[in-house]
Amino acid sequence: MNWSIMQQALPVFVHAFGLTIWLSLIGIIGSIIVGIIASLTQYFKVPVLSQVMTAYVELARNTPLLIQLFFLYYAFPVIGIKMSAEVCGIIGLIFLGGAYMAEGFTGGFNGISTSQINSGKALGMSRFQLARYVVFPQGFALSMPALTANIIFLIKETSIFSVIAIPELTNTALDLTGMYYRSNEYLLMLVIAYAIILIPVILLLTWLERRVRYGAFGN
Amino acid sequence: MTEEILKVEHLNKFYDERQVLHNINFSLKKGEVLTLLGPSGSGKSTLLRTLNGLEDYKNGSIYFHEKKIDPSPKEWQILRQKIGMVFQSYDLFPNLTVIENVLLAPVKVQKRDENEVKEEAIKLLKQVGLEQYLNAYPRELSGGQKQRVAIVRALAMKPEIMLLDEITASLDPEMVRGIEEIVELLSKRDHMTMIIVTHQMNFASRIADEVLFLEDGHILEDTPGKEFFNHPQTQRAKDFLDSMDY
Repeated sequence: MNWSIMQQALPVFVHAFGLTIWLSLIGIIGSIIVGIIASLTQYFKVPVLSQVMTAYVELARNTPLLIQLFFLYYAFPVIGIKMSAEVCGIIGLIFLGGAYMAEGFTGGFNGISTSQINSGKALGMSRFQLARYVVFPQGFALSMPALTANIIFLIKETSIFSVIAIPELTNTALDLTGMYYRSNEYLLMLVIAYAIILIPVILLLTWLERRVRYGAFGN
Repeated sequence: MTEEILKVEHLNKFYDERQVLHNINFSLKKGEVLTLLGPSGSGKSTLLRTLNGLEDYKNGSIYFHEKKIDPSPKEWQILRQKIGMVFQSYDLFPNLTVIENVLLAPVKVQKRDENEVKEEAIKLLKQVGLEQYLNAYPRELSGGQKQRVAIVRALAMKPEIMLLDEITASLDPEMVRGIEEIVELLSKRDHMTMIIVTHQMNFASRIADEVLFLEDGHILEDTPGKEFFNHPQTQRAKDFLDSMDY
């Protein structure tokens, strides 16, 4: 193991590390927003929108991110829509992640008992108030395990961005390996970088999961 | 003359093809306590839930203050703020504390001033002996305490009618008495108009101004409270009271 080579590659890895975190963060936030909208429209059976969202969820979950990225990066310019690789990556991640998040939230929302909904209705709540004060907070708590799994999944999925030349961690490690033929060093740095991102995220989400589920038992 | 607050005319309800409420007629005056009695499956809870719009009905009419209710979700949403309901299974929101449970609807639904509502809520919680549990979560309370919070939560909306659906059915006998005392106080001191579904015959006999006795979705008797318990008109009601060891 050549430590000096690793030291030399450190600035490039730090940049890739920052980019991976930034892309993941935007992708995760976007996915959560899309997921909440999709699952609430499905839960409340909003006419037309709920069918559109169901079709979207099926399409996104049943096509690989790789193909979605190829489509966004190579096929869209043909019809005049040209975006940077980073924008394609973020849109692809939100497209895929939103569908997974929607499934996770839908599972949580459906886990809320009818009696809780009736309890909210009996207090005169409108559909929006039911969503805001009963369905969402309780469903969110029930969705936490799925949400945690999806966040980790989306962070790891950023490694696929290498196929459209985004210089995130995996792409950087593969590039350096190709240039200097030192796969052991660069792959070790890659593993460490992902561990540095993922371990705190897992710990934080596990803590959050316990915290929000704390109030979710016994009514 | 005491004002008529609720009137039900020729109400019929179906679950698919099966009719569960048959030609229900009754009226309720302000301050009156109506008790719905009958064997399990007779339609008592269904009728109660229909009066709060939690169940739809096929035909018939419900009048609130002599105005016919248009059974649309929007109209029910407004009416439910005047018709409080308490359920057998408490149904407090588990992610909220006691005080948050009580404040939620008056503040967010009725848009009342939070400080004013909080003051009233604390007063009500004191009356039911729960002032030290303001920041407790429902899972930290006993069944009786949860039910008291559920009653206070409904009262905080300042309803004109309270619908109580077997509110002591999940409680042990000691707790039952505490809840019954609160409901009796509401009737006698505050003259709260109430419709109560219960299997506690002693409680019903003490509190009922009027009794509707139901079986298979039909009203078999509509009798003043004392008369029903002393001289039931139908053999079925007599048998029912006997079976309840009354």
